[in-house]
Amino acid sequence: MLRLIKSGSGFWVLLFAATWGLSASSFAIYKALDARWIIRFPKKWELQLDGVISDFLTWLVESAGFHFFSFKDLTRGIAAVIEAPYQFFRNLLIEGFSTGFGETATQLSPSLSWIAIVVCVTLVGRFARDWKLAALVGVCFLYLAIFGRWQSAMITLSSILIAVPIGVVGGLFLGIAAYRFQWVNLALRPILDLMQTVPVFAYLVPILILFGFGPVAALVATVIYAMPPMVRVTIMALQAVPSELQEAGRMAGCTRRQIMWKVLVPAATPTLMVGVNQVIMLSLNMVIIASMIGAGGLGFDVLASLRRLDIGAGIEAGLAIVVMAIALDRASQAFSERKYQAARRGNFLQSHPLSSTMFIVSGLTLILGFFVPAVQSYPESLTITTGPFWAAAVKWVNINFFDTFEAIKVVILQWLLLPVKRFFTGIPWAWGILTMGLIGWRVDGWKLGVMAALMMAFIAANGLWAKAMVTIYLCSVSVFIATVIGIPLGIWAAEKPRAGKIILGLMDTLQTLPSFVYLIPVIMLFRVGDFSAMIAVVLYALAPAVRYAAHGLREVPEQMVEAGLMSGCTPGQILRRVKLPLATPHLLLGLNQTTMLALSMLVITALVGTRDLGQEVYIALTKANAGSGIIAGLSVAFIAIISDRIVNALADKQRKRLDL
Amino acid sequence: MKYRSVAAAALMVATPALAQESNDPIKLTLHDWSGQLITTTLMGEVLKEAGYNIEYVQADYIAQFAGLKTGDLHVAMEIWETTGREAMDEAIGTGNVVSLGETGMDAIEEWWYPAYMEERCPGLPNWEALKECAEAFSTPETAPLGRYLGGPVTWGGFDDERVEALELDFEVIHAGTDAALFAELEAAYQRTDPILLWIYSPHWAPAKYDGSFVEFPAYSAECYTDPSVGLNPDAAYDCGKPTGPIWKVSWAGLADKWPNAATAIKNFSISNDAMGAMVTDVDLNGQTVEATVAAWMAANTSTWSAWIAK
Repeated sequence: MLRLIKSGSGFWVLLFAATWGLSASSFAIYKALDARWIIRFPKKWELQLDGVISDFLTWLVESAGFHFFSFKDLTRGIAAVIEAPYQFFRNLLIEGFSTGFGETATQLSPSLSWIAIVVCVTLVGRFARDWKLAALVGVCFLYLAIFGRWQSAMITLSSILIAVPIGVVGGLFLGIAAYRFQWVNLALRPILDLMQTVPVFAYLVPILILFGFGPVAALVATVIYAMPPMVRVTIMALQAVPSELQEAGRMAGCTRRQIMWKVLVPAATPTLMVGVNQVIMLSLNMVIIASMIGAGGLGFDVLASLRRLDIGAGIEAGLAIVVMAIALDRASQAFSERKYQAARRGNFLQSHPLSSTMFIVSGLTLILGFFVPAVQSYPESLTITTGPFWAAAVKWVNINFFDTFEAIKVVILQWLLLPVKRFFTGIPWAWGILTMGLIGWRVDGWKLGVMAALMMAFIAANGLWAKAMVTIYLCSVSVFIATVIGIPLGIWAAEKPRAGKIILGLMDTLQTLPSFVYLIPVIMLFRVGDFSAMIAVVLYALAPAVRYAAHGLREVPEQMVEAGLMSGCTPGQILRRVKLPLATPHLLLGLNQTTMLALSMLVITALVGTRDLGQEVYIALTKANAGSGIIAGLSVAFIAIISDRIVNALADKQRKRLDL
Repeated sequence: MKYRSVAAAALMVATPALAQESNDPIKLTLHDWSGQLITTTLMGEVLKEAGYNIEYVQADYIAQFAGLKTGDLHVAMEIWETTGREAMDEAIGTGNVVSLGETGMDAIEEWWYPAYMEERCPGLPNWEALKECAEAFSTPETAPLGRYLGGPVTWGGFDDERVEALELDFEVIHAGTDAALFAELEAAYQRTDPILLWIYSPHWAPAKYDGSFVEFPAYSAECYTDPSVGLNPDAAYDCGKPTGPIWKVSWAGLADKWPNAATAIKNFSISNDAMGAMVTDVDLNGQTVEATVAAWMAANTSTWSAWIAK
């Protein structure tokens, strides 16, 4: 018996058996012993933290202050500083410059015309790489004009143009500070974890109070959400710079500042651009939520069209976000790979052909725009819409295939969702805390064990145990299904490059397409309930499973595959015996990311009607109860952090075993 | 030129509110449903006619109270008795938000079914028919119980309690948002499948889909508070839902900064029918909110000019 526990698999089998037994019988035990505390955390032990947090926030907003100004003055000051350039971009791109308000306003200058903007972004594409990229970017922006999304898209673009530089520069400086000073690094790590895992809904209310209502609050929320990857990438990139380079810098007599800015940062630039790319993508992910608190733009279009069940308009507005993401992403990647070119000679026109074209086109269309309105703003009569097609398509699928879907749904519900739900919701809270501790201890030592147990205890002590278990159930089922679908897709993408291109492109689209767009058709076909929520989560969280699997398989060293071939492996054996084991760390990282995305999506699925922590966060938002929102948000974050640490530890172990 | 057009508009109005209190823009909040966009745009355009500067700000329905309290936002045109009462009372309690009275529209909320269900469940719209044919409304997940799709939990509504009190064999499923609610209705209506759900009015749905509200025993305040009142002597909520006004609220400083605008907003009033027609124009006939509002204003000049008359 003892030997069984000590052996690796024996421990897990026993732990699972004990948990399963307790979960199945917890209700019977409670009835037999008349001890309700077994299944419900006693009310009188609950911490009343939400009130404390709400009170603290009220204090912060209403009375906290430094000598000369209050905390709120400080945040409002920051808001004003952000607002000025944001308003400038809005004026430049869409609204035009004017003085005064409303009827008394006099226009000083119209905004850039749509033609000028399309030409400018196209030339930026050419500048970043070549005419091929230029064409791609140009077509993406033309889509916005042709499908009648121009105005909203420019509003969204203005906020992206503010959020991304703040996120990148802020992330870079935080990363540098963490690289230089160990204590900053230590202090920053838990904060970054929280920034990435606490659902945005949870801190929306305090942000609104501190930064005022409108686009600036939305910008602040976007930056909080999008900055952490930049910080992490910066730390990683600086650490990866070869020490010889630093030495060389020191030999040449550089000061510390010079080493940082003239040696380290330039050497790390290619990796830093990965961070920039992440910031862009995450900022665009926030477009929908930002529009809920006053950012307007494409996110508002999506929400409003789905609200009146105009699925086609929802899809078009959603795709507008996708094409904008594609254009910005490809352009930023091209910039990171760009080689320096020798300066051209001649006068300004000859030496700066692209910038001069931009100026000339902008100037010409500005003047022409006064006489021909179609030059200034894209004529409405030329916009097209595919709305009726989508509505008809969904209707056709709904009428013809609903019964088939229903049958599949019932089978999956009965054999997968409900048993898993019963298992998780049956676990008594005390045993759940203990189990998490044991798992953490077993995987990565007592530190992780204690942390995991404490975090679970926090959730229970705030009376959120039952909802947390529903969260874990929905999340684990979705992650399981996403992995089952995602890893084969990833393998396919890695083995067949042409199929891979299509698959990975599809994954990009799924990830940037706002989930609302497919939530509504999913509800139409599968009704409100856990099943619809699960489908939405799987669609959203599929991408990392596919991407990491494909990446991991491609990274397998060539000589390993050669060795396998030499020893007479069939292609199937090479895949199973050589490639997959070597790719395990990557697969685990993919699993980790899938879990993170699934958890972040659960908050959105609360809008479908699940009864989990996501719903708790959402209710707190709609009731403007900042305290309980933050508590529920922290609970989601804790689940994410525990799962992240466990999976990372497993990946590390595997990597050591494979000697990578 | 612009000044002149204001003056011209002012002349057409019988007694315009010429005195401008402050040139700062009055900020009106926009949410994401058409009725509210229409109400707000209508108010905004009328105030523009009176010479005010107007700014529309998109904001979440409940989260906006944070902005109204601090004066970041000034006016919210639609707070529903049924869904926003709690947040509104809390905000008014702080003294920083004041009510500007009713909009004239009455919110109706009740269980609703499509017309084709009357064949499958004879006796509707009387609620007692539901006792006999719960199974006609069931789905594989709820069978043998019928399935009733309620609004988001944050809307309240006491449907779980109502099912208990009236001993209906129904399971209450809560949609997360009203977009989800109407997505299910649209899908079921396309397939002519059974559905019973929470619908409210003024909204485009009762205009688009053919169906009726279930007739429950009439609501009374005692029915909700006193178990002994109503059909079931041991339970409260054994009756239908109350109808309730839709309120206008504003930042408390509005009346000091723009006194005449505050009066104009207080005067604003519109009927369910007029609003229903405009919502139908926007959501079902594809008109823009601006065009619909402009058409209404052209046809009802005397109505709105009375709001801004001193």
